[in-house]
Amino acid sequence: MQEQQELIIKPGMGTLHYWRDIWRYRELFFFLAWRDILVRYKQTAIGIAWSVLRPLATMLVFSIVFGTLAKLPSNGVPYPIMVYAAMLPWQFFANSLTESSNSLIDNANLLTKVYFPRLIVPAGSVIVSLVDFFISLVILFGIMAWYHFIPDIRMLLLPLFLILAFLAAFGAGLWFSALNVQYRDFRYVVPFLVQFGLYISPVGFSSAIVPEKWRMLYFLNPMVGVIDGFRWAILGDAFPVYWPGFALSAALTVLMFIGGLVYFRNMERSFADVI
Amino acid sequence: MSTIITVDNLGKKYILHHQQREQYTALRDVITTGIATFGKRLIHPFRNVRDTEPASQEEFWALKEVSFEVNQGDRIGIIGRNGAGKSTLLKILSRITEPTTGQVKIKGRVASLLEVGTGFHPELTGRENIFLNGAILGMGRAEIKKKFDEIVDFAEIEKFLDTPVKRYSSGMYVRLAFAVAAHLEPEILIVDEVLAVGDAQFQKKCLGKMEAVGKEGRTVLFVSHNMGAIENLCSRIILLDKGILCQNSAEVRSMITRYLNWGSEEKIISSSWNNDGNKYSHPVMQPLSFSVVDTQGEPVTTAVLNDQPIFVVIRAFMVQLDPSLSVGFALYNEDSELLLWSLTTDGPENSWPKIEPGIVELRCALPQRFLNEGIYRLELNAGLHCTEWFIRPTYNSPSIYFEIRGGLSDSPLWMWARPGFLAPV
Repeated sequence: MQEQQELIIKPGMGTLHYWRDIWRYRELFFFLAWRDILVRYKQTAIGIAWSVLRPLATMLVFSIVFGTLAKLPSNGVPYPIMVYAAMLPWQFFANSLTESSNSLIDNANLLTKVYFPRLIVPAGSVIVSLVDFFISLVILFGIMAWYHFIPDIRMLLLPLFLILAFLAAFGAGLWFSALNVQYRDFRYVVPFLVQFGLYISPVGFSSAIVPEKWRMLYFLNPMVGVIDGFRWAILGDAFPVYWPGFALSAALTVLMFIGGLVYFRNMERSFADVI
Repeated sequence: MSTIITVDNLGKKYILHHQQREQYTALRDVITTGIATFGKRLIHPFRNVRDTEPASQEEFWALKEVSFEVNQGDRIGIIGRNGAGKSTLLKILSRITEPTTGQVKIKGRVASLLEVGTGFHPELTGRENIFLNGAILGMGRAEIKKKFDEIVDFAEIEKFLDTPVKRYSSGMYVRLAFAVAAHLEPEILIVDEVLAVGDAQFQKKCLGKMEAVGKEGRTVLFVSHNMGAIENLCSRIILLDKGILCQNSAEVRSMITRYLNWGSEEKIISSSWNNDGNKYSHPVMQPLSFSVVDTQGEPVTTAVLNDQPIFVVIRAFMVQLDPSLSVGFALYNEDSELLLWSLTTDGPENSWPKIEPGIVELRCALPQRFLNEGIYRLELNAGLHCTEWFIRPTYNSPSIYFEIRGGLSDSPLWMWARPGFLAPV
């Protein structure tokens, strides 16, 4: 029974029951995500439509700029679909990163008044972005239907790449949310990083246009692996994955996630004092 | 009864940064100090750089060597002045922050209510906030659902359930917030000064609820400045001062009296101050003592009736005479609001007390039927008029205290204290 369990609070020992606590607070996790989703479109006129409009508008602009004006190759796939297949993971990553890096500061009042495993806060932000992701995914199917584009069986591998995207987003989110508590500089770093990342990641174009000799270097960006994986799963053979690069990307993602987790857990103890 | 909380040698240290403009650490500062330290290392490779740095940091122990035990079903009142470490203690017990030393053992589920409405979101409706706040405080969804009606009932907000809480009156907001917290069913409930809000009736309801929680055999830790609430609710008192546990006793009443009689410097109410350390020495005068005495000339040790006169006595050794010398006192109420100054030079010059070299005793009557019930503070005031302070109230002055209680009126209709600082009848 719970009554019998003994809790020991000691310096450096607050971590003893951490994972069990996360399980116990699992409902809070969904409540926080639920709150963020509820709050986001309160007092907006078109509400949830915003999460449809934003990716659609970006896709339109990219298709026109890169596809129609710059005439970049799309390997026979309709340019909008190619852009959108990359937009999916990128938007997910960008939103997660932006939201989760600010999440601890936005919830400072909670952090200083209530105990719960702090990991829940940035994780909740990623979950919110995941909801957006699924809305966008539905739109993708709409666009595919419009272009009469039929994906093949590889589509079933998409969840694997989604997990990779999740690790990348959550890993980076852990780093930046913890750093942000201590150094508010990161409040300014993250939007810049997201904007910058959009152009250095193969969102508006195919990563095939990157010269061969720079390719390994290019895959140092974890999102390159994720995006290429998405394109490969959704669009098929037109976008072959450069597997060594992908492996590098994936390894870096996992490393970033584990590092983020360790760093976050180390910093977590002092959050309430520092924030 | 079994021990439910064991606190052993608990300490919490904070580092105070002096002369820091930013509220938070900026990366820039870290980098610049890092480079500076590195530079110093290059120049003095064998010296410990940290030691040579100016003391821009200071250690501050918010809690030090605090040990106590709490039995199941105890209702503990934690009292102490601002900065005594009460909130830090609660924060450690509720695991928001880690202790620096020592350890705590807790058996059972802890729910802490350090603030009313933690996590309330202004855009969400009352209904949504009940669920959110409940989850934040550690309730499961099923548990909240079960108690939902009870909570709404307790908070008296049925009509506004689907209104965003940002449109609530502050009273409604507090009621709702407390209602959620009150329906937690933890083994240990930790409550920080939350009853300071809401109207009298609701406060009463909250206290009643907390009492009921205690009666059910749950343990309550309660911080408050409201001594009435503490007295009603608590079975035991822990008195903290400057991070140190001063008293831990079940004699609630006497502890509260003791606390109320506490001076800012002196530990126990002191109606007299003796200049043992030869402080405030000055070529003109040297204060010897400062006290409040009754009509017999004895320092007052208990509360004084409003209808009895008391006297402020200042003794000083006059070294050299100065025509502009002014000696007197400042009188403050419990909230440290200045009520008056009284000085030797208040009246026309021929009414001034005669001051000769040597030991001088100055007496001033505080008239009867003058001050309302309460604790008052006197501070010594001495200086050369418009030239120099020797002892300046609120800056460096010694304080003494006295209390007025009872004897307010002989009227059968006015037997209790009326509002106001003064109580002349």
